[in-house]
Amino acid sequence: MTRWNEEKCRALIEETCAKGQPLTAALRALVDAFGYIDDAALAPLMQGFARSRAEVRSAIAYYDDFSMRPPGRHSIRLCQAEACQAAGARALTAHACAKTGLQPGQTSADGALTLHNVYCLGLCTHGPAALIDGKPVAELDEDKLDAHLAGLEP
Amino acid sequence: MSTRIYIPADTLALALGADELARTITDEARARGEDIKIIRNGSRGLCWAEPLLEVQTDTGRMAYGPVGANDVAGLFDADFLHGGAHEKSLGLVDDIPYLKTQTRQIFKTCGLYAPDDIDAYAAHGGFAGLRAALALDAQRIIDEIEVAGLRGRGGAAFPASIKWRTVLSAKAPRKYVVCNADEGDSGTFADRLIMEGDPFLLIEGMVIAGLGTGADTGIIYVRSEYPLAADILNAAITAAKDANWLGKNIQKSGKSFEIEVFVGGGSYVCGEETALLESLEGKPGIVRAKPPVPALHGLYGKPTLINNVITLCAAPGILAQGGAHHKALGSPDSAGTMPFQLSGDVKYGGIYEAPFGLSLRTLIEDIGGGTRSGKPIKAVQIGGPLGAYLPPALFDTKLAYEAMTAIGAGVGHGGIIVFNEDTDMRAQARYAFAFCAHESCGKCTPCRIGAVRGAELLAKDAPDMALVEDLCAVMADGSACAMGSMTPIPVRTAMTHFADDFAPKDAAQ
Ligand SMILES: Cc1cc2nc3c(=O)[nH]c(=O)nc-3n(C[C@H](O)[C@H](O)[C@H](O)COP(=O)(O)O)c2cc1C
Ligand code: SF4
Ligand code: FES
Repeated sequence: MTRWNEEKCRALIEETCAKGQPLTAALRALVDAFGYIDDAALAPLMQGFARSRAEVRSAIAYYDDFSMRPPGRHSIRLCQAEACQAAGARALTAHACAKTGLQPGQTSADGALTLHNVYCLGLCTHGPAALIDGKPVAELDEDKLDAHLAGLEP
Repeated sequence: MSTRIYIPADTLALALGADELARTITDEARARGEDIKIIRNGSRGLCWAEPLLEVQTDTGRMAYGPVGANDVAGLFDADFLHGGAHEKSLGLVDDIPYLKTQTRQIFKTCGLYAPDDIDAYAAHGGFAGLRAALALDAQRIIDEIEVAGLRGRGGAAFPASIKWRTVLSAKAPRKYVVCNADEGDSGTFADRLIMEGDPFLLIEGMVIAGLGTGADTGIIYVRSEYPLAADILNAAITAAKDANWLGKNIQKSGKSFEIEVFVGGGSYVCGEETALLESLEGKPGIVRAKPPVPALHGLYGKPTLINNVITLCAAPGILAQGGAHHKALGSPDSAGTMPFQLSGDVKYGGIYEAPFGLSLRTLIEDIGGGTRSGKPIKAVQIGGPLGAYLPPALFDTKLAYEAMTAIGAGVGHGGIIVFNEDTDMRAQARYAFAFCAHESCGKCTPCRIGAVRGAELLAKDAPDMALVEDLCAVMADGSACAMGSMTPIPVRTAMTHFADDFAPKDAAQ
């Protein structure tokens, strides 16, 4: 992931348009590149895909994967779905929230960490499951989570 | 010759340390001067034994599991390279009862080889179904699917042949085959395991569907939570094209078919077929009104066949063995096999593929081994977040479409989640509403607003249960898709079967 950069943003949007791909493909490319969709991307997106501001914003708002807020340098996505609940996901999420002082969806003030909810990673036999900095983790527990949090560089 | 060692590289095995295991074995073998070759295969679906290590010996593939990097030295000491006994020994993999008692049609070859090894796929009977289909006209292909009695495995259990025939009979310059690989249901992972372990089976199934419907373009809609599946599919698509099982003039038949992978955006409702089409068109996944059905008016308004991964993966076997073989498995209304997926608090979680008709009890207790925690079972949820919560008193119900319907439940995509006695069923009912509120596409008021109200009501110490029931009735009747209309199923079954959990909190103290 790189820092927001207007030139690269425009290039990615042009590239998706040139391939004849839809708006969401450009949103995906932006999120993959920068971790989020900057305000400054709205105008080129509207232009490139001939959509209104409202249409672009509602496409971003609809999908959990797209966000207009810069994410933290690290991310923890905790599975909230039923099979993980059966393995203790609720208590683990409560612990993660208490430990980090964050609610799911929030980023710490120093920009180090974002906590997210996710709904099933297909690792249901080994819950609670999570994605930590994009890496799948199974059988997560409080100790493993604490160890990970302690190891995060600020 | 070097000894062949198999270590799965699917997402679960990776999450459980399979890469580190492979590295440790490589290092240890080098240190000990052993000549080995590691193959990163797909998963056998015996998730409880992952990472499941297999060694090719003279008598067959010996299994060890679950194996971690810290077991490696001991395994070498026990001469596992010749199948030596070790505390993690599971014996010959084919003789493991969990696997041996299955009837594998879909998962027949999953885990036997590396997912990008097209030669191994072909050597194990792969492409026989497509070869047969290439010799038939479209009507005859569909006849075989009809004889098989194949019903959709994505949840709605709609007869596949009817959809295929509708698309075939539609006149249009362009038609599409869309594979629904959104697999959003909690407790389900069969699609993931197939895509990550035996992707050519899905490709073969899609080409057959193309031949059967007259479509030349296929799209696999993979959820973004499955990035590895998307990568493996893309590699398999390239390999299949190189081998001319995909692309132009397939095996000199004059028929062509292309497949593309599309990654979703993290929305459960995009698994609903019309929302999925909207999403493919680059729009928010707002459910479309039906009719028109996608088979006539689908992607970009063109006739579109939408089937689940497992439905499409049933086609190669049906074409290769004949529809009658498939029909003979299971029961009249529930033909064939289902890769049931056991998860939650269960000892032996994983894929158990069997003909429809075994009882829930057999699956949970005999095969699943009861809870992993050792606590008594309180409930299972069957069929994903829109599925019923059932108490042990109903565990003798057969796993078949008709038997499940009779008790107000459904098989869905075949996921069964086990909950132990610590579970608060009111919290589960509340979650069903909350999940619906989170995922609702917003088109229908009962779903969009009702779910929020339901979650609020059930958060109260003494919820007005009559009001909850009213809400359920309105949602069931007034929602355009199953997200809203079926959310009342987990709520109501929790209320009916576990009434004690809904008693006012202060009264219970
Ligand atoms: C909210 C909702 C989510 C769904 N999610 C999926 C899914 O993830 N995978 C799937 O195959 N079908 C899903 N379905 C069912 C599809 O709408 C459709 O029936 C199915 O893809 C058809 O394929 P089949 O006939 O092979 O089952 C979902 C339906 C609803 C209402
Ligand atoms: S029931 Fe809910 S998810 Fe389905 S169309 Fe209506 S608002 Fe959308
Ligand atoms: S429910 Fe958490 S991984 Fe499936």
